[in-house]
Amino acid sequence: MSVPQSASPDAIVVRDLTRKFGSFVAVDHLSFTVRTGEIFGFLGSNGAGKTTTIRMLCGLLKPTSGAATVGGRDVGRDPEGVKARIGYMSQKFSLYELLTVDQNIRLYAELYGVPPKRFAERRRFVLAMAGLEGREKALPRDLPGGFRQRLALGCAILHEPPILFLDEPTGGVDPISRRQFWRLIDQLSKSGVTVLVTTHHLDEAEYCHRLALIHAGRLAALGTTRELKQIFADRQLVEIRTERSVDVMRALDAMEEVEESSLFGTAVHAVLRSRDVEPSEIVARLAAQHLAVESVEPVQPSLEDVFLDVVEKAGRE
Amino acid sequence: MRRLFFMIWKELLELRQDKRMLPIVFVAPILQLLVLGYAATTDVKNVPIVVVDADRSSGSRDLIRTFDASPYFTVTSVVSSVNEIAPYLESGRAWMALAIPVRYGQMIGAGAPTTVQVVADGTDANSTNIALGYATNLVAAYAQDLMTKRSPGRSLPAGLQADVRVWFNPQLESKDFMIPGVLALLLIVMTVVLASMGIVREKEMGTLEQLNVTPLRRWQLIVGKLLPYGLIGIVDIFLVVGVARFWFRVPLLGSFGLLFLLSLVFLLSTLGLGLFVSTISQNQQQAMMTAVFFFMTPMIYLSGFVFPIENMPAVIRPVTYLIPLRYYLVIVRGIFLKGVGMAVLWPQALALLAWGLTILGLATLRSSKRAA
Repeated sequence: MSVPQSASPDAIVVRDLTRKFGSFVAVDHLSFTVRTGEIFGFLGSNGAGKTTTIRMLCGLLKPTSGAATVGGRDVGRDPEGVKARIGYMSQKFSLYELLTVDQNIRLYAELYGVPPKRFAERRRFVLAMAGLEGREKALPRDLPGGFRQRLALGCAILHEPPILFLDEPTGGVDPISRRQFWRLIDQLSKSGVTVLVTTHHLDEAEYCHRLALIHAGRLAALGTTRELKQIFADRQLVEIRTERSVDVMRALDAMEEVEESSLFGTAVHAVLRSRDVEPSEIVARLAAQHLAVESVEPVQPSLEDVFLDVVEKAGRE
Repeated sequence: MRRLFFMIWKELLELRQDKRMLPIVFVAPILQLLVLGYAATTDVKNVPIVVVDADRSSGSRDLIRTFDASPYFTVTSVVSSVNEIAPYLESGRAWMALAIPVRYGQMIGAGAPTTVQVVADGTDANSTNIALGYATNLVAAYAQDLMTKRSPGRSLPAGLQADVRVWFNPQLESKDFMIPGVLALLLIVMTVVLASMGIVREKEMGTLEQLNVTPLRRWQLIVGKLLPYGLIGIVDIFLVVGVARFWFRVPLLGSFGLLFLLSLVFLLSTLGLGLFVSTISQNQQQAMMTAVFFFMTPMIYLSGFVFPIENMPAVIRPVTYLIPLRYYLVIVRGIFLKGVGMAVLWPQALALLAWGLTILGLATLRSSKRAA
C-alpha cells in the first residue's frame, strides 16, 4: 500500500454536512474528522443516514449544505478529485456475475487506471488477498460469500487508494470470513490507509479505532470504545436476572433511582442514576412487589448498552 | 479511450456469457421476420365460397369454373337453394356465397342483362372488402369476355373503363409492405428493451454505483453501455435486410448504403430512448414494462406500421409526428420499394436526427442529475 500523499493528519474532514430528500432530512449537520490511517466506524441502525453520508463522501451524492473534504478535496466542488483518491465497496459487493474473477480484476484495474506495468503485481496481490489463486476462471456467483467479499474489496483497492470507504461490508458473510476480512482491514490501516466503515454489527465496532454513533441523521456520540463507555462513568449499570423480565422492567421504570431499563438477552439491564444507589435496595423493593429476582450484579457496559443509552437520550430530546 | 474500450469489452463479454441473450439477439429477428412475412399477411387468397346453383345450366357451370380457377377463390360446395348457405357462412366453411338465379344460362345465351348475387361474411371487414373487390372484378371480366366471344366483330358498348395501375408494389403484396417494416420494429424492440434493461441491471447489482466511483467519465459510461447494443442493432440490420432480400425476395430498389446510414440515425433515437427508460426505472421488470407499454406499443400503433396514418382521426394525427418510428418507416419503405434517395427523404432523416439528439440529451441530463 502506498503512503497517502497528503501530509495532513486528517484524511476526512466533515463540517455541518446535511442532505435532504424532499422534506426528509437524511443527514443533519454532521461534523467529524477521520485521522490518516485510522479505522473509523460508523455505527447506527438501518436508515440512520450512514449510507447517505458515505455516498456524499464518495462524491456520488451532492450535499444539500455543509462541506466535507476527503484527501484534501472538497466533495461538493471536486467529486472527481475525490474519486481519484478513494476506494469504495458497497454492501452489494458489485462484481460482474457473468465475468470471471480474472476478468473482473482486469476490468476494474483498467477503469481505475492502474498502470499496465503495475497490473501483474496488483492482480497477484488481489488474488492472494482474496485467496483465489488457481480459481481465476471461476464466476463470482459460484464463490462463497467470503471470497466474493474479499474479491470485491480487492477490486476496490486495485489502484491503491489512500482512503477506503466500506458500506456494510460484511453482510451475508459467515463469522469466520468476517474475522478474516477485519484482519485485512487492520493490515490496510497499518500500512497507512484510512478506512471509514459503516456497520450495524455492534461486535464489529470493536475492530474500529474510533466510532461515530449516528441516530436519525445526527451524530449522537463519538470516540473510542473506551471513551464511549465513559458515558456510564457517574451512573451504574446493573444486570438483573429474573423470570418475569417484563414485569420487572415495568416496576424498575416506576422507580425514581432508575433512569432506564432494557431487555438484554434473557436478562434486564438497568441504568441507575448514581453510583450511590445500592443494587440490593432495588432487589428489596422488587421483592416488596412480589417480583422474585435470581441475581443482581453491576456489569461493565458493552457497546450495545452505550448504543441503547445514546438512542434513548436522542429520542427524549 | 482505454476505459471506454474496456467498458465495451466487458459488455460484449457479458452478452456472450448470458445464455439467454444470443437467442434473443439472433433468433428472435428471424422468427419475427418469418411470422410477419408469412402469417401476418393481409393478402386474400383461396377464399372459400359456396355456390347456389339454381340454374344448373352449362352457363352457370362455366361461371363456377371461372371462380374456382381464380387463385383468389376456392369453391367448397355447390348447393341448390339460397336457404342452404347460412350454415356455411356461420361455421366459416365459406366466407362468401355466390347465388346464380334460375334461367341464368338462358338469359346469358339471349344476351339479356342478368344479375348474380354475392353474400359475404362481414366479420372480418378488411378481408371481405378485398374479396368482394376480387369477386366484382371477376364477374365484370367474365361478362366482358362473353360479350367479345359472342360478337367478335362488333365494337364494345362505350362503357367507361378505369385502367388502374399500382406503382411500387404492383401485385399489392403485403409482404413487400410488411417486411421492411419489420426492420424498424426489430430495431426498436431490440435496442430500447436491451439497452434499458442492460443499464438497469447494473443499477440493481450495484455495479453502476461502483462504476460511478471510478474515474470513468459520464459520457464514457453512456457510450460504453449504448454502443454494444448499437452493434447488435447493426447486426440485425444486415440480418433482416439479407433475409428480406434473398429469402422473401422483397425488392431493394434504393441504395443499401443510404438505408444503413439512416438506420444508424434511427438507432440513435432508440438507444437514447433506452437510456431514458433506464433513468426512470428502478429494476429490470419496470424497465421492460415502461419500454413496452409506455413507448413501444403506442409508437407501433401510431407509426403507420399497420394502420395508415391518413385514416387516423384528425386529433391523433399530429401526435404521430412525435414518433420516430413514423419517419423511419417512410425511409425504409421508400428505399426498399420506391428506390428514392436523400432528395426525397431528407425531411424524415432530419426529423429522426433531431429526435435522436433530443432524447439522448434529455436522458444524459437526467442520468447525471440522479447522481448529483
